[in-house]
Amino acid sequence: MSTYSVSDTAATAAPRAAVTFSNLSGSYGVGLAASLVWLAFGLSCLYWPDVGDWSRTSSLGIGAIVIAAFILFGTFSADYLGGAGQALRKRAPWLVAFGAFITLWEVATAKFAWLPLPFFPPPQSILEVYTDDLPKLLDSVFASIKLQLGGYIIGATVGFITGVSIGWSQKIGYWVHPVLRFIGPLPATAWLPIAFFTFPSSWSASTFLIALATGFPVTVLTWSGVASVSSAYYDVARTLGAKPSFLVLKVAIPAALPHVFVGLFMGLGSSFAVLVVAEMIGVKAGLGWYLQWAQGWAAYANMYAALIVMSLLCSGAITLLFKTRDRLLVWQKGVVKW
Amino acid sequence: MVVQSAAEAITYPAVGAELDIEGVSHAFDIDGTTLPVLDNVSLSIAPGEFVALLGPSGCGKSTLLRLVAGLEKPRSGSLREDDARISGPHPSRVVVFQDPTLFPWRSVWDNVALGLEAQGILKAQRHRVDAVIELVGLSSFRNAYPHQLSGGMAQRVALARALVNDPKILVLDEPLGKLDSLTRIAMQAELVALWQRKGFTTLLVTHDVEEALVLANRVIVLSDRPARIKADIAVARPYPRHRGDPYLADLRKQILGLLGLEATW
Ligand SMILES: Nc1ncnc2c1ncn2[C@@H]1O[C@H](COP(=O)(O)OP(=O)(O)OP(=O)(O)O)[C@@H](O)[C@H]1O
Ligand SMILES: [Mg+2]
Repeated sequence: MSTYSVSDTAATAAPRAAVTFSNLSGSYGVGLAASLVWLAFGLSCLYWPDVGDWSRTSSLGIGAIVIAAFILFGTFSADYLGGAGQALRKRAPWLVAFGAFITLWEVATAKFAWLPLPFFPPPQSILEVYTDDLPKLLDSVFASIKLQLGGYIIGATVGFITGVSIGWSQKIGYWVHPVLRFIGPLPATAWLPIAFFTFPSSWSASTFLIALATGFPVTVLTWSGVASVSSAYYDVARTLGAKPSFLVLKVAIPAALPHVFVGLFMGLGSSFAVLVVAEMIGVKAGLGWYLQWAQGWAAYANMYAALIVMSLLCSGAITLLFKTRDRLLVWQKGVVKW
Repeated sequence: MVVQSAAEAITYPAVGAELDIEGVSHAFDIDGTTLPVLDNVSLSIAPGEFVALLGPSGCGKSTLLRLVAGLEKPRSGSLREDDARISGPHPSRVVVFQDPTLFPWRSVWDNVALGLEAQGILKAQRHRVDAVIELVGLSSFRNAYPHQLSGGMAQRVALARALVNDPKILVLDEPLGKLDSLTRIAMQAELVALWQRKGFTTLLVTHDVEEALVLANRVIVLSDRPARIKADIAVARPYPRHRGDPYLADLRKQILGLLGLEATW
């Protein structure tokens, strides 16, 4: 900026005005469009009569119009709202797309029944599930989280310790490696029938299976991470007086951490699969069970509602894992953003 | 003879240790064949002496330093520090490796603190870390991570990481190799000042003949692989030395001749 001479300022004035103008038609424009689309959604709920019997149609319509008002307000005062304003501006195109999608969905199901009805419930019937069936849904969410968290923590801990041990000690590796090769690649769900009658409760059986599904990838990646640490790091540490415990805790483990997180990520994915199957088959609680139960009653809206919650939970868990990784691995450059 | 007495006038503080390398031979097995690397190398370094090793690339200089550090055992012969046989690494002999090998997950400060932390004395000695980072001129980068440093800065961190341990023997494997010539000259002066103040014994590998002559009391010229000692040359000049010194220019010509480069000069 300091290199600009006086004569340059005149030249830069015009482009700057253009930028402000494109701002108005660009991000304000998109925000405006988002607001209009949500208004359209709200009006579509209220204007046409429902083809079925749903109790939340007008609440949904009013809610959509309130959202439209919020978007409108947020768009024009984005500059004064700080981070929230910026976030809204960034997501405006998505708000347009999502608003359009949900409007179309509303019209195609509740209003004109273009899609076969019981299988494609309208938005208001899903809203109805969230308001009227909330206690059962929340119970299921907590049951799922409890089971998943317990199994995942056990699996990740055992996997990490096993991985470090076999990466570090050849003697331990000699005994553990063949077992790992034999049992590891088996999908954890294959153990389901055996686990459910050998374990005292279906809950402990499921915890074991989730731990197993998590433990295998964590073990293998921790192991390969520890094994691939450059010997130059050990040389440096040893000449500086490091003892074996220091070499493991302060050299091998931090150096292997990027691999460990890949293992934790893979373990999370495969443990979700086991969780849902275990809940459907054995445990009489949790979102998997809720899905199964809803299917039994042909309650399709409940199934969609549970699926949406499940997807938010899984995505949230992965976000949490990535946030933790970014925290711990700030020293790495160019890590993937989730 | 004035020159000679000047050299004798240098007295070494008692901090440095004596290093004895006796009839050391070493070899590596590569694909079933044996590659001899060191051939009957004997060298005795007095406490507080500054010895430079010169030799063609791949002759075995870094290997000799690994033996001194205790990271490897020689196939035959023995190495001793103050009459104690070297059987493994010890923080009294600190190495600055050819490659800086900073720990990428540790900040500059934590990298420098590594030795004190490994020996369990960091809590009481934090000021030493700060002081040595100041010494290598990286105070404003103390919280930076290695991937944020230039090659020369990384080498200075590696040097600081060694110096903070107050070693008796400092082993340097081309520690200034990646520095630009200005920083390099400044760091050479810094190294001499530090060595004179602290009095540690120094063993320096370099491929820069001038650097060897400006820094060392003695220059050892090694042969092609397997390395043997070709010449052991005393550099009897007081510090600070001047690059234009005709005495050093003479030695330089002589050493380049030993390295098979006389045609260039
Ligand atoms: N761990 C090893 N295994 C097998 N061969 C090795 C090993 N380390 C070194 N060598 C061999 O020993 C020889 C000497 O290597 P060294 O690193 O000591 O050379 P150098 O004198 O330091 O060379 P430079 O000046 O290029 O650093 C080389 O031929 C190298 O191939
Ligand atoms: Mg070398």
